[in-house]
Amino acid sequence: MTYAIDGWFAISEEDGVHLLGTSCAACGTICFPPRRGSCPNPRCASTDMRVLPLPRRGRVWSYTNACYPPPAPFVAPDPYVPVTLAAVELDEVGIVVLGQVKGLTVDQLQVGMEVELTAGPLADGPLVWMWERAS
Amino acid sequence: MSAVAVLGTGMHPWGKWGRPFLEYGVAAAREALRDAGLEWTDVQYVVGADTIRNGYPGFVSGASYARELGWSGARVASCYAACASGAQALDIARTRILAGLCDVALVIGADATPKGFFKPVGGDRPDDPDWLRFRLLGATNPAYFALYARRRMALHGSTPADFAAVKVKNALAGSLNPMARYRKPVTAEEVLASPMVADPLRLMDICATSDGGAAVVLASQEYARRRGTGFVRLAAVSTVTPVFPNTILELPDFATDSCAAVPAPERPFRAAIAHAAYEEAGLGPEDLSLAEVYDLSTALELDWMEDLGLCPPGEADKLLRDGRTALNGSIPVNPSGGLASFGEAIPAQALAQVCELANQLRGRAGARQTAGARVGLAADQGLFGHGSAIIATL
Ligand SMILES: [Zn+2]
Repeated sequence: MTYAIDGWFAISEEDGVHLLGTSCAACGTICFPPRRGSCPNPRCASTDMRVLPLPRRGRVWSYTNACYPPPAPFVAPDPYVPVTLAAVELDEVGIVVLGQVKGLTVDQLQVGMEVELTAGPLADGPLVWMWERAS
Repeated sequence: MSAVAVLGTGMHPWGKWGRPFLEYGVAAAREALRDAGLEWTDVQYVVGADTIRNGYPGFVSGASYARELGWSGARVASCYAACASGAQALDIARTRILAGLCDVALVIGADATPKGFFKPVGGDRPDDPDWLRFRLLGATNPAYFALYARRRMALHGSTPADFAAVKVKNALAGSLNPMARYRKPVTAEEVLASPMVADPLRLMDICATSDGGAAVVLASQEYARRRGTGFVRLAAVSTVTPVFPNTILELPDFATDSCAAVPAPERPFRAAIAHAAYEEAGLGPEDLSLAEVYDLSTALELDWMEDLGLCPPGEADKLLRDGRTALNGSIPVNPSGGLASFGEAIPAQALAQVCELANQLRGRAGARQTAGARVGLAADQGLFGHGSAIIATL
Protein backbone atom coordinates (compact mmCIF):
# COMPACT_ATOMS: atom_id res chain seq x y z
CA MET A 1 0.00 0.00 0.00
CA THR A 2 1.52 3.31 -1.06
CA TYR A 3 0.26 6.46 0.59
CA ALA A 4 0.10 9.64 -1.50
CA ILE A 5 1.59 11.41 1.51
CA ASP A 6 3.41 10.02 4.54
CA GLY A 7 2.33 10.72 8.08
CA TRP A 8 -1.00 12.44 7.39
CA PHE A 9 -3.22 9.36 7.74
CA ALA A 10 -2.96 5.72 8.71
CA ILE A 11 -4.87 2.57 7.88
CA SER A 12 -5.05 -0.30 10.32
CA GLU A 13 -6.94 -3.58 10.31
CA GLU A 14 -8.57 -2.96 13.70
CA ASP A 15 -9.40 0.77 13.58
CA GLY A 16 -9.82 1.56 9.90
CA VAL A 17 -8.62 4.86 8.44
CA HIS A 18 -7.56 7.75 10.69
CA LEU A 19 -6.21 11.19 9.96
CA LEU A 20 -3.08 11.84 12.01
CA GLY A 21 -2.97 15.17 13.78
CA THR A 22 -0.75 16.58 16.47
CA SER A 23 -1.72 17.67 19.93
CA CYS A 24 0.22 20.26 21.93
CA ALA A 25 1.27 18.75 25.24
CA ALA A 26 0.95 22.12 26.99
CA CYS A 27 -2.33 23.66 25.78
CA GLY A 28 -4.08 20.79 24.04
CA THR A 29 -4.38 22.54 20.67
CA ILE A 30 -4.86 20.00 17.92
CA CYS A 31 -3.63 20.39 14.34
CA PHE A 32 -4.10 18.80 10.99
CA PRO A 33 -1.91 18.26 8.98
CA PRO A 34 0.44 17.09 11.75
CA ARG A 35 2.61 20.01 12.79
CA ARG A 36 6.25 19.93 13.75
CA GLY A 37 8.02 22.68 15.64
CA SER A 38 5.99 25.05 17.74
CA CYS A 39 2.36 25.14 18.82
CA PRO A 40 0.16 27.35 16.59
CA ASN A 41 -1.46 28.95 19.63
CA PRO A 42 0.32 32.34 19.83
CA ARG A 43 0.04 32.31 23.64
CA CYS A 44 1.72 28.92 23.95
CA ALA A 45 5.48 28.46 23.60
CA SER A 46 5.43 24.68 23.64
CA THR A 47 7.30 22.65 21.05
CA ASP A 48 6.07 19.33 22.38
CA MET A 49 3.72 18.26 19.60
CA ARG A 50 2.46 14.69 19.84
CA VAL A 51 0.95 12.71 17.00
CA LEU A 52 -2.54 11.38 17.60
CA PRO A 53 -5.30 9.83 15.47
CA LEU A 54 -8.20 12.21 14.89
CA PRO A 55 -11.90 11.26 15.21
CA ARG A 56 -13.09 9.35 12.17
CA ARG A 57 -16.49 11.00 11.95
CA GLY A 58 -17.72 14.48 11.33
CA ARG A 59 -20.39 16.66 9.77
CA VAL A 60 -20.16 18.26 6.33
CA TRP A 61 -19.24 21.97 6.70
CA SER A 62 -19.50 22.49 2.95
CA TYR A 63 -18.93 20.62 -0.31
CA THR A 64 -18.37 21.06 -4.02
CA ASN A 65 -16.97 19.27 -7.03
CA ALA A 66 -14.54 19.83 -9.90
CA CYS A 67 -16.55 19.62 -13.10
CA TYR A 68 -13.39 20.08 -15.19
CA PRO A 69 -10.21 18.06 -14.62
CA PRO A 70 -7.96 19.91 -12.15
CA PRO A 71 -4.48 20.78 -13.46
CA ALA A 72 -1.25 18.93 -12.61
CA PRO A 73 0.10 17.78 -10.24
CA PHE A 74 -3.39 16.26 -9.92
CA VAL A 75 -3.60 13.17 -12.10
CA ALA A 76 -7.07 13.04 -13.62
CA PRO A 77 -8.59 9.68 -14.54
CA ASP A 78 -9.42 9.10 -18.20
CA PRO A 79 -12.33 9.27 -18.79
CA TYR A 80 -12.67 12.05 -16.25
CA VAL A 81 -15.20 11.69 -13.44
CA PRO A 82 -15.80 14.92 -11.47
CA VAL A 83 -13.95 14.91 -8.15
CA THR A 84 -16.26 15.62 -5.21
CA LEU A 85 -14.78 17.52 -2.26
CA ALA A 86 -16.11 17.98 1.24
CA ALA A 87 -14.89 20.12 4.11
CA VAL A 88 -15.83 18.19 7.22
CA GLU A 89 -16.09 19.43 10.80
CA LEU A 90 -14.54 16.74 12.98
CA ASP A 91 -16.33 15.72 16.13
CA GLU A 92 -14.62 16.73 19.42
CA VAL A 93 -11.53 18.44 18.00
CA GLY A 94 -13.16 21.46 16.31
CA ILE A 95 -11.26 21.23 13.02
CA VAL A 96 -12.64 21.40 9.50
CA VAL A 97 -10.72 19.07 7.16
CA LEU A 98 -10.97 19.06 3.38
CA GLY A 99 -10.91 15.78 1.47
CA GLN A 100 -12.14 13.97 -1.60
CA VAL A 101 -15.49 12.22 -1.27
CA LYS A 102 -15.87 8.57 -2.22
CA GLY A 103 -19.10 7.21 -3.66
CA LEU A 104 -21.20 10.38 -3.35
CA THR A 105 -21.92 13.18 -5.81
CA VAL A 106 -22.78 16.74 -4.83
CA ASP A 107 -26.47 15.87 -5.25
CA GLN A 108 -26.18 13.34 -2.44
CA LEU A 109 -24.39 15.66 -0.01
CA GLN A 110 -25.82 18.19 2.42
CA VAL A 111 -24.29 20.63 4.85
CA GLY A 112 -24.52 19.04 8.30
CA MET A 113 -24.72 15.46 7.06
CA GLU A 114 -22.60 12.87 8.83
CA VAL A 115 -19.65 11.31 7.03
CA GLU A 116 -16.73 9.13 8.02
CA LEU A 117 -13.17 8.66 6.93
CA THR A 118 -12.01 6.12 4.44
CA ALA A 119 -9.25 5.97 1.87
CA GLY A 120 -9.13 5.56 -1.87
CA PRO A 121 -6.64 5.66 -4.71
CA LEU A 122 -5.58 8.62 -6.80
CA ALA A 123 -5.77 7.94 -10.55
CA ASP A 124 -2.10 6.91 -10.59
CA GLY A 125 -2.41 4.54 -7.63
CA PRO A 126 -1.30 5.92 -4.27
CA LEU A 127 -3.90 6.15 -1.51
CA VAL A 128 -5.31 9.33 -0.07
CA TRP A 129 -7.84 9.93 2.71
CA MET A 130 -11.44 10.35 1.58
CA TRP A 131 -14.84 10.98 3.10
CA GLU A 132 -17.76 8.59 2.63
CA ARG A 133 -21.32 8.21 3.89
CA ALA A 134 -21.28 7.32 7.61
CA SER A 135 -22.16 3.69 8.18
CA MET B 1 -2.63 58.53 11.92
CA SER B 2 -1.68 61.00 9.20
CA ALA B 3 -2.53 60.20 5.59
CA VAL B 4 -0.55 60.23 2.37
CA ALA B 5 -1.80 61.74 -0.86
CA VAL B 6 -2.79 59.80 -3.96
CA LEU B 7 -1.44 62.15 -6.65
CA GLY B 8 -2.16 60.02 -9.66
CA THR B 9 -3.44 56.66 -10.88
CA GLY B 10 -3.06 54.78 -14.13
CA MET B 11 -4.02 51.47 -15.65
CA HIS B 12 -3.39 49.34 -18.68
CA PRO B 13 -6.67 47.89 -19.95
CA TRP B 14 -7.33 44.34 -18.72
CA GLY B 15 -7.59 41.58 -21.31
CA LYS B 16 -5.72 38.60 -22.71
CA TRP B 17 -3.13 40.51 -24.70
CA GLY B 18 -0.29 38.00 -24.66
CA ARG B 19 2.46 40.56 -24.12
CA PRO B 20 5.14 40.76 -21.40
CA PHE B 21 3.88 42.01 -18.03
CA LEU B 22 6.47 44.81 -18.03
CA GLU B 23 4.65 46.50 -20.91
CA TYR B 24 1.41 46.65 -18.94
CA GLY B 25 3.15 47.89 -15.82
CA VAL B 26 5.11 50.59 -17.59
CA ALA B 27 2.02 51.80 -19.48
CA ALA B 28 0.12 52.04 -16.18
CA ALA B 29 3.06 53.80 -14.51
CA ARG B 30 3.41 56.38 -17.26
CA GLU B 31 -0.33 57.04 -17.10
CA ALA B 32 -0.17 57.48 -13.31
CA LEU B 33 2.76 59.88 -13.63
CA ARG B 34 0.94 61.88 -16.32
CA ASP B 35 -2.11 61.97 -14.07
CA ALA B 36 0.04 63.24 -11.19
CA GLY B 37 1.76 65.79 -13.41
CA LEU B 38 5.17 64.34 -12.56
CA GLU B 39 8.14 62.97 -14.45
CA TRP B 40 9.60 59.54 -13.77
CA THR B 41 12.76 61.27 -12.60
CA ASP B 42 10.71 63.00 -9.84
CA VAL B 43 10.00 59.58 -8.29
CA GLN B 44 12.21 58.90 -5.28
CA TYR B 45 10.97 55.41 -4.46
CA VAL B 46 9.49 52.75 -6.73
CA VAL B 47 7.77 49.61 -5.43
CA GLY B 48 6.84 46.70 -7.64
CA ALA B 49 4.21 44.10 -6.77
CA ASP B 50 5.77 40.82 -7.89
CA THR B 51 4.39 38.37 -10.43
CA ILE B 52 5.85 34.94 -9.83
CA ARG B 53 4.82 33.32 -13.11
CA ASN B 54 6.93 35.62 -15.21
CA GLY B 55 10.47 34.62 -14.27
CA TYR B 56 13.18 36.67 -12.68
CA PRO B 57 11.98 40.10 -13.84
CA GLY B 58 8.68 39.27 -12.14
CA PHE B 59 10.36 38.22 -8.88
CA VAL B 60 12.20 41.54 -8.66
CA SER B 61 9.56 43.64 -10.33
CA GLY B 62 10.56 46.91 -8.64
CA ALA B 63 13.95 46.88 -10.32
CA SER B 64 12.49 45.51 -13.55
CA TYR B 65 10.05 48.42 -13.85
CA ALA B 66 12.80 50.89 -12.91
CA ARG B 67 14.97 49.51 -15.71
CA GLU B 68 12.14 49.74 -18.23
CA LEU B 69 11.42 53.32 -17.20
CA GLY B 70 15.15 54.11 -17.35
CA TRP B 71 17.61 53.79 -14.45
CA SER B 72 17.08 56.94 -12.43
CA GLY B 73 18.81 56.07 -9.19
CA ALA B 74 15.47 55.83 -7.36
CA ARG B 75 15.23 53.76 -4.20
CA VAL B 76 13.42 50.51 -4.89
CA ALA B 77 11.50 47.60 -3.34
CA SER B 78 9.66 44.51 -4.56
CA CYS B 79 6.97 42.62 -2.74
CA TYR B 80 5.05 39.38 -3.18
CA ALA B 81 1.88 38.64 -1.24
CA ALA B 82 -0.20 36.70 -3.80
CA CYS B 83 -3.52 38.48 -4.38
CA ALA B 84 -2.66 41.06 -1.71
CA SER B 85 0.65 42.02 -3.41
CA GLY B 86 -0.62 45.36 -4.69
CA ALA B 87 -1.94 46.37 -1.28
CA GLN B 88 1.27 45.43 0.49
CA ALA B 89 3.36 47.24 -2.14
CA LEU B 90 1.17 50.30 -1.56
CA ASP B 91 1.63 49.98 2.19
CA ILE B 92 5.41 49.78 1.85
CA ALA B 93 5.47 53.02 -0.15
CA ARG B 94 3.01 54.72 2.18
CA THR B 95 5.01 53.74 5.25
CA ARG B 96 8.23 55.09 3.78
CA ILE B 97 6.53 58.41 3.04
CA LEU B 98 5.02 58.57 6.55
CA ALA B 99 8.46 57.84 7.99
CA GLY B 100 9.75 60.94 6.20
CA LEU B 101 12.20 58.93 4.11
CA CYS B 102 10.79 60.16 0.80
CA ASP B 103 8.17 62.50 -0.65
CA VAL B 104 7.09 60.79 -3.87
CA ALA B 105 6.67 57.08 -4.52
CA LEU B 106 5.40 55.07 -7.48
CA VAL B 107 3.70 51.70 -6.93
CA ILE B 108 3.27 49.36 -9.90
CA GLY B 109 1.61 45.96 -10.39
CA ALA B 110 1.10 44.01 -13.61
CA ASP B 111 0.60 40.44 -14.74
CA ALA B 112 0.44 38.26 -17.82
CA THR B 113 -1.47 35.05 -17.15
CA PRO B 114 -1.77 31.69 -18.88
CA LYS B 115 -5.11 30.18 -19.91
CA GLY B 116 -7.22 28.21 -17.47
CA PHE B 117 -6.95 27.63 -13.72
CA PHE B 118 -4.09 29.08 -11.75
CA LYS B 119 -1.68 26.22 -11.17
CA PRO B 120 0.92 25.78 -8.45
CA VAL B 121 4.53 26.69 -9.18
CA GLY B 122 6.13 23.88 -11.22
CA GLY B 123 8.28 20.98 -10.10
CA ASP B 124 7.80 18.19 -7.59
CA ARG B 125 7.31 20.03 -4.31
CA PRO B 126 5.56 17.92 -1.68
CA ASP B 127 6.58 20.36 1.09
CA ASP B 128 4.33 23.08 -0.38
CA PRO B 129 0.67 22.97 0.73
CA ASP B 130 -0.26 24.85 -2.43
CA TRP B 131 1.27 22.09 -4.55
CA LEU B 132 -0.18 19.37 -2.32
CA ARG B 133 -3.78 20.57 -2.48
CA PHE B 134 -3.70 20.00 -6.24
CA ARG B 135 -1.82 16.71 -6.00
CA LEU B 136 -3.89 15.11 -3.23
CA LEU B 137 -7.33 16.67 -3.75
CA GLY B 138 -7.49 18.49 -7.07
CA ALA B 139 -8.66 21.48 -5.04
CA THR B 140 -8.49 24.49 -7.38
CA ASN B 141 -9.16 28.08 -6.30
CA PRO B 142 -12.77 27.90 -7.58
CA ALA B 143 -13.27 24.82 -5.38
CA TYR B 144 -12.61 26.97 -2.29
CA PHE B 145 -14.89 29.74 -3.58
CA ALA B 146 -17.56 27.08 -4.12
CA LEU B 147 -17.18 25.79 -0.55
CA TYR B 148 -17.87 29.31 0.73
CA ALA B 149 -20.82 29.67 -1.66
CA ARG B 150 -22.42 26.38 -0.66
CA ARG B 151 -21.90 27.17 3.01
CA ARG B 152 -23.60 30.53 2.45
CA MET B 153 -26.56 28.79 0.82
CA ALA B 154 -26.92 26.45 3.79
CA LEU B 155 -26.47 29.16 6.43
CA HIS B 156 -28.27 32.13 4.92
CA GLY B 157 -30.52 30.69 2.22
CA SER B 158 -28.71 32.38 -0.67
CA THR B 159 -29.58 30.94 -4.07
CA PRO B 160 -27.79 30.61 -7.41
CA ALA B 161 -30.14 33.37 -8.60
CA ASP B 162 -28.69 35.69 -5.93
CA PHE B 163 -25.18 34.85 -7.11
CA ALA B 164 -26.19 35.50 -10.72
CA ALA B 165 -27.62 38.88 -9.68
CA VAL B 166 -24.17 39.89 -8.44
CA LYS B 167 -22.69 39.12 -11.85
CA VAL B 168 -25.47 41.01 -13.64
CA LYS B 169 -24.80 44.07 -11.44
CA ASN B 170 -21.03 43.94 -11.86
CA ALA B 171 -21.17 43.26 -15.61
CA LEU B 172 -23.38 46.32 -16.04
CA ALA B 173 -20.86 48.47 -14.13
CA GLY B 174 -17.98 46.91 -16.08
CA SER B 175 -19.69 47.73 -19.38
CA LEU B 176 -19.18 51.39 -18.43
CA ASN B 177 -15.48 50.99 -17.59
CA PRO B 178 -13.02 51.36 -20.49
CA MET B 179 -10.32 49.53 -18.47
CA ALA B 180 -12.43 46.39 -17.94
CA ARG B 181 -11.86 43.24 -19.96
CA TYR B 182 -15.53 42.25 -20.19
CA ARG B 183 -17.63 45.14 -21.43
CA LYS B 184 -20.89 43.38 -22.21
CA PRO B 185 -23.90 43.44 -19.86
CA VAL B 186 -25.17 39.94 -19.06
CA THR B 187 -28.51 38.53 -17.94
CA ALA B 188 -29.20 36.24 -15.01
CA GLU B 189 -30.36 33.60 -17.51
CA GLU B 190 -26.94 33.68 -19.20
CA VAL B 191 -25.16 33.26 -15.88
CA LEU B 192 -27.42 30.39 -14.82
CA ALA B 193 -26.96 28.69 -18.20
CA SER B 194 -23.14 28.91 -18.16
CA PRO B 195 -21.27 25.65 -17.52
CA MET B 196 -20.97 24.45 -13.92
CA VAL B 197 -17.33 24.68 -12.78
CA ALA B 198 -17.43 23.94 -9.04
CA ASP B 199 -20.96 23.33 -7.82
CA PRO B 200 -22.80 25.69 -7.09
CA LEU B 201 -20.58 28.11 -9.03
CA ARG B 202 -20.76 28.41 -12.80
CA LEU B 203 -18.26 29.82 -15.24
CA MET B 204 -19.82 33.28 -15.07
CA ASP B 205 -19.79 33.24 -11.25
CA ILE B 206 -16.00 32.94 -11.19
CA CYS B 207 -13.48 35.56 -12.19
CA ALA B 208 -11.21 34.80 -15.14
CA THR B 209 -7.43 35.09 -15.32
CA SER B 210 -6.36 38.24 -17.14
CA ASP B 211 -3.46 40.39 -18.25
CA GLY B 212 -3.42 43.92 -16.91
CA GLY B 213 -1.57 46.61 -15.04
CA ALA B 214 -2.22 49.35 -12.50
CA ALA B 215 -0.08 52.02 -10.85
CA VAL B 216 -0.47 54.65 -8.16
CA VAL B 217 1.64 57.73 -7.37
CA LEU B 218 1.78 58.53 -3.67
CA ALA B 219 3.21 61.64 -2.05
CA SER B 220 3.45 63.24 1.35
CA GLN B 221 0.64 65.68 2.12
CA GLU B 222 3.15 68.54 2.35
CA TYR B 223 4.47 67.76 -1.12
CA ALA B 224 0.92 67.51 -2.49
CA ARG B 225 -0.09 70.80 -0.84
CA ARG B 226 2.94 72.63 -2.26
CA ARG B 227 1.68 71.69 -5.69
CA GLY B 228 -1.57 73.49 -4.89
CA THR B 229 -4.03 70.98 -6.27
CA GLY B 230 -6.62 68.85 -4.49
CA PHE B 231 -5.84 65.24 -3.77
CA VAL B 232 -7.28 62.00 -2.47
CA ARG B 233 -5.93 60.76 0.86
CA LEU B 234 -5.05 57.20 1.83
CA ALA B 235 -6.55 57.15 5.31
CA ALA B 236 -5.76 53.51 6.07
CA VAL B 237 -4.05 50.43 4.74
CA SER B 238 -4.69 47.53 7.08
CA THR B 239 -2.74 44.41 6.33
CA VAL B 240 -3.49 41.85 8.97
CA THR B 241 -3.08 38.17 9.65
CA PRO B 242 -5.85 36.08 11.19
CA VAL B 243 -6.23 35.65 14.94
CA PHE B 244 -5.82 32.08 16.18
CA PRO B 245 -7.85 29.96 15.80
CA ASN B 246 -8.94 30.82 12.26
CA THR B 247 -12.03 28.66 11.83
CA ILE B 248 -12.76 29.46 8.17
CA LEU B 249 -11.03 27.12 5.73
CA GLU B 250 -8.42 29.35 4.14
CA LEU B 251 -7.12 28.95 0.60
CA PRO B 252 -4.92 26.83 0.04
CA ASP B 253 -5.11 25.03 3.40
CA PHE B 254 -6.29 21.48 4.08
CA ALA B 255 -7.85 22.32 7.40
CA THR B 256 -8.83 25.10 9.76
CA ASP B 257 -7.25 25.75 13.12
CA SER B 258 -8.86 23.83 15.95
CA CYS B 259 -11.17 25.70 18.29
CA ALA B 260 -11.05 22.87 20.84
CA ALA B 261 -8.48 24.42 23.21
CA VAL B 262 -8.89 28.14 22.38
CA PRO B 263 -12.29 29.54 21.39
CA ALA B 264 -12.68 31.18 17.99
CA PRO B 265 -12.16 34.97 17.99
CA GLU B 266 -15.25 37.14 18.10
CA ARG B 267 -14.44 38.70 14.72
CA PRO B 268 -13.81 36.35 11.79
CA PHE B 269 -10.73 37.00 9.67
CA ARG B 270 -12.27 38.87 6.73
CA ALA B 271 -14.21 41.11 9.11
CA ALA B 272 -10.99 41.76 11.05
CA ILE B 273 -9.32 43.04 7.86
CA ALA B 274 -12.02 45.70 7.47
CA HIS B 275 -12.18 46.47 11.18
CA ALA B 276 -8.47 47.26 11.33
CA ALA B 277 -8.85 49.73 8.47
CA TYR B 278 -11.88 51.41 10.05
CA GLU B 279 -9.94 51.83 13.30
CA GLU B 280 -6.92 53.27 11.53
CA ALA B 281 -9.04 55.75 9.56
CA GLY B 282 -11.35 56.62 12.45
CA LEU B 283 -14.31 55.78 10.22
CA GLY B 284 -17.00 53.13 10.07
CA PRO B 285 -19.08 51.31 7.48
CA GLU B 286 -21.75 54.02 7.71
CA ASP B 287 -19.22 56.54 6.36
CA LEU B 288 -18.55 54.65 3.12
CA SER B 289 -19.72 56.06 -0.20
CA LEU B 290 -18.68 52.93 -2.08
CA ALA B 291 -16.67 49.73 -1.74
CA GLU B 292 -14.48 47.65 -4.02
CA VAL B 293 -14.23 44.06 -2.81
CA TYR B 294 -12.55 40.90 -4.08
CA ASP B 295 -15.39 39.23 -5.95
CA LEU B 296 -13.29 36.20 -6.86
CA SER B 297 -16.73 34.64 -7.06
CA THR B 298 -20.16 36.25 -7.12
CA ALA B 299 -21.02 34.59 -3.81
CA LEU B 300 -17.89 35.95 -2.17
CA GLU B 301 -19.03 39.52 -2.84
CA LEU B 302 -22.03 38.84 -0.60
CA ASP B 303 -19.75 37.53 2.16
CA TRP B 304 -17.59 40.64 1.88
CA MET B 305 -20.58 42.97 2.23
CA GLU B 306 -21.29 41.44 5.62
CA ASP B 307 -17.62 41.37 6.61
CA LEU B 308 -17.34 45.09 5.80
CA GLY B 309 -20.30 45.73 8.09
CA LEU B 310 -22.54 47.03 5.29
CA CYS B 311 -25.25 44.78 6.76
CA PRO B 312 -25.58 42.08 9.42
CA PRO B 313 -24.58 38.48 8.54
CA GLY B 314 -27.08 36.87 6.21
CA GLU B 315 -28.58 40.09 4.89
CA ALA B 316 -26.31 40.82 1.92
CA ASP B 317 -28.69 39.10 -0.49
CA LYS B 318 -31.46 41.47 0.55
CA LEU B 319 -29.20 44.52 0.17
CA LEU B 320 -28.32 43.29 -3.32
CA ARG B 321 -31.92 42.53 -4.30
CA ASP B 322 -33.02 45.96 -3.10
CA GLY B 323 -30.51 47.52 -5.49
CA ARG B 324 -28.59 49.20 -2.68
CA THR B 325 -25.22 47.95 -3.99
CA ALA B 326 -25.90 48.89 -7.62
CA LEU B 327 -24.30 51.93 -9.26
CA ASN B 328 -27.13 54.25 -8.25
CA GLY B 329 -27.71 52.54 -4.89
CA SER B 330 -26.96 53.86 -1.42
CA ILE B 331 -23.67 51.93 -1.18
CA PRO B 332 -22.36 50.82 -4.59
CA VAL B 333 -20.21 47.68 -4.36
CA ASN B 334 -17.67 47.11 -7.14
CA PRO B 335 -18.66 50.13 -9.22
CA SER B 336 -15.55 49.41 -11.34
CA GLY B 337 -17.18 46.17 -12.46
CA GLY B 338 -15.02 44.23 -10.01
CA LEU B 339 -12.99 41.14 -10.73
CA ALA B 340 -16.09 39.86 -12.52
CA SER B 341 -15.40 42.39 -15.27
CA PHE B 342 -11.60 42.58 -14.99
CA GLY B 343 -10.45 39.07 -14.15
CA GLU B 344 -7.39 38.42 -12.05
CA ALA B 345 -4.06 40.04 -12.86
CA ILE B 346 -2.78 39.21 -9.41
CA PRO B 347 -0.18 41.90 -8.57
CA ALA B 348 -2.31 44.60 -10.22
CA GLN B 349 -5.77 43.96 -8.87
CA ALA B 350 -5.55 45.55 -5.42
CA LEU B 351 -3.98 48.61 -7.10
CA ALA B 352 -6.75 48.65 -9.69
CA GLN B 353 -9.24 48.87 -6.82
CA VAL B 354 -7.39 51.95 -5.52
CA CYS B 355 -7.51 53.48 -9.02
CA GLU B 356 -11.31 53.10 -8.90
CA LEU B 357 -11.52 54.65 -5.41
CA ALA B 358 -9.47 57.63 -6.61
CA ASN B 359 -11.52 58.02 -9.80
CA GLN B 360 -14.75 57.94 -7.82
CA LEU B 361 -13.54 60.38 -5.16
CA ARG B 362 -12.24 62.75 -7.84
CA GLY B 363 -15.59 62.63 -9.58
CA ARG B 364 -14.21 61.30 -12.85
CA ALA B 365 -15.77 57.85 -13.00
CA GLY B 366 -18.07 58.91 -15.82
CA ALA B 367 -21.27 56.88 -16.11
CA ARG B 368 -20.14 54.80 -13.09
CA GLN B 369 -19.86 57.84 -10.85
CA THR B 370 -21.21 57.61 -7.31
CA ALA B 371 -22.74 61.01 -6.64
CA GLY B 372 -20.88 62.93 -3.95
CA ALA B 373 -18.43 60.12 -3.15
CA ARG B 374 -16.27 61.06 -0.16
CA VAL B 375 -15.01 57.78 1.34
CA GLY B 376 -14.16 54.54 -0.42
CA LEU B 377 -12.95 51.20 0.86
CA ALA B 378 -11.19 48.45 -1.08
CA ALA B 379 -10.70 44.96 0.36
CA ASP B 380 -8.50 42.10 -0.81
CA GLN B 381 -7.20 38.78 0.42
CA GLY B 382 -4.05 36.80 -0.36
CA LEU B 383 -3.18 33.13 0.05
CA PHE B 384 -2.29 31.54 3.40
CA GLY B 385 -4.17 34.03 5.55
CA HIS B 386 -3.47 37.67 5.01
CA GLY B 387 -5.38 40.49 3.45
CA SER B 388 -5.76 44.24 3.38
CA ALA B 389 -8.41 46.88 3.44
CA ILE B 390 -7.61 50.30 2.05
CA ILE B 391 -9.62 53.41 2.86
CA ALA B 392 -9.38 56.51 0.69
CA THR B 393 -11.00 59.83 1.54
CA LEU B 394 -11.28 63.27 0.03
ZN1 LIG C 1 0.16 24.79 22.77
